[in-house]
Amino acid sequence: MNLIRGIKGTAQAYWITLRTMFRKPVTIQYPEQKRQPFPRYRARIVLTRDPDGGERCVACYLCSAACPVDCISMQAAEAKDGRRYAEWFRINFTRCIFCGLCTEACPTRAIQMTSDYEICNRDPLDLVYEKTDLLIDDTGKDPDYNFYRHAGIGVVNPRGGNEDEKPPADVRDLLP
Amino acid sequence: MMPDWIITAILVAIKLGFVLALLLTGAAYLVLAERKLLGRMQLRYGPNRVGPFGLMQPLADAVKLLMKEDFIPAQGDKVLFFIAPGIAAVTALITFAVIPFGPPLRLFGREMPLVVCDLNIGLLYFLGLSSLAVYGIALGGWASNSKYALLGSIRALAQLISYELSMGLSIVPVVLMARSFSLTEIVNAQTHIPFALLNPPAFLVFLISVLAESKRTPFDIPEAENEIVAGFHTEYSGMRFGMFFVGEYINVIILSSMVTVLFLGGWHGPLLPGIVWFFGKVMLIAFLFIWTRGTLPRFRYDQLMHFGWKVLVPIALLNVVVTGAILLLLQG
Repeated sequence: MNLIRGIKGTAQAYWITLRTMFRKPVTIQYPEQKRQPFPRYRARIVLTRDPDGGERCVACYLCSAACPVDCISMQAAEAKDGRRYAEWFRINFTRCIFCGLCTEACPTRAIQMTSDYEICNRDPLDLVYEKTDLLIDDTGKDPDYNFYRHAGIGVVNPRGGNEDEKPPADVRDLLP
Repeated sequence: MMPDWIITAILVAIKLGFVLALLLTGAAYLVLAERKLLGRMQLRYGPNRVGPFGLMQPLADAVKLLMKEDFIPAQGDKVLFFIAPGIAAVTALITFAVIPFGPPLRLFGREMPLVVCDLNIGLLYFLGLSSLAVYGIALGGWASNSKYALLGSIRALAQLISYELSMGLSIVPVVLMARSFSLTEIVNAQTHIPFALLNPPAFLVFLISVLAESKRTPFDIPEAENEIVAGFHTEYSGMRFGMFFVGEYINVIILSSMVTVLFLGGWHGPLLPGIVWFFGKVMLIAFLFIWTRGTLPRFRYDQLMHFGWKVLVPIALLNVVVTGAILLLLQG
């Protein structure tokens, strides 16, 4: 009985490999054949603009805080009208692991991921993207969202001019 | 007019060159065929980048192997380490000398046997060299001064004593039926009906033993990638590894030829010329090797020993007795 089962099992295995040999391979032959990534594919990071064309990023540092590999860095600045923006914004794609935590952290939907996965390069320094490389002329996902339209700028220059607001404390003042 | 012996010498030289070139390219393209077929069995294409359909892949592999660093382990036995791959490749190459691959040709009014050397004990020559080939593996593993390589060569020896006996015994009925140790005689004895049909048990036992002899799945116990890294050739790199590799694939061709010669009637077959039949049969058996590699998992070496000594050897022994008795009765 065991012998028959053994022979049957072996023959079946041979049959399966023979049958599989004549099936179409599932390989995608990459440089010639490219796969269409899914809409929510996580690849190259971009900075989007709001519907009015302004930068969405308010330089809140939440993305760089969320980044597990610390590949995002920036310098916050403030425009004349009190609107915050990033003076410079830098993503080091040699370190980025495309986890998407920065996009989850972003309160203004500024930082978003695209499906452009072909970013390999011969020179690692070319993979350090500056703000000009990152900023796109589009709203990306969630096209109608405009953070400042909801929140208003709400601050005036100089600080402390609003109602119920004290002038900012000079921290150096408290030093002994 | 050239003297007679010069023409003969030239013809022999051409034959030798033809056999050597064919064997080496055959081995190289068998690698490619194996990679492609295994790929298809696993729903991928296999190598298809170098040249049309990847046909230049063997060349690229050879270049790669030649360019690689030739690494020698610090505490290894240098002489043995140098010799071992040579033993593996050379024993594989010179085994082909006794294999007749076609019917005798008539060229310039002389008979030209399509076999490098028709030894009257060709079968023993083959058995002897196939045992010698294990020295390459055993010494290579020993000289590497690596525990994985040593384990690999120990396993190779354990494997040798498991399959060698059943292989020898399964050939005995063939010798009994053909009444000769010469491979040409054995082929000629199968003019009408191949021995595989006359004596299927011997054929099966020989096929399984030959699979074990080739050290390929399901009997790739000496290499066993996922247990002992790469077994006996763990420490080998570059062309030295290439020699082992080429030796293995030449060995596959030779073992396929032996199956063809001993059991499938060699070059005999209807319609087509003899050489075509021979190579067709060899390719069929080589495909069987590859197919088996794509299908079966590896045995443990105690399982192989169990299988060899408790299953194959009794079957082969019984087969020798029965065949001998039947032949005796027929002789009357």
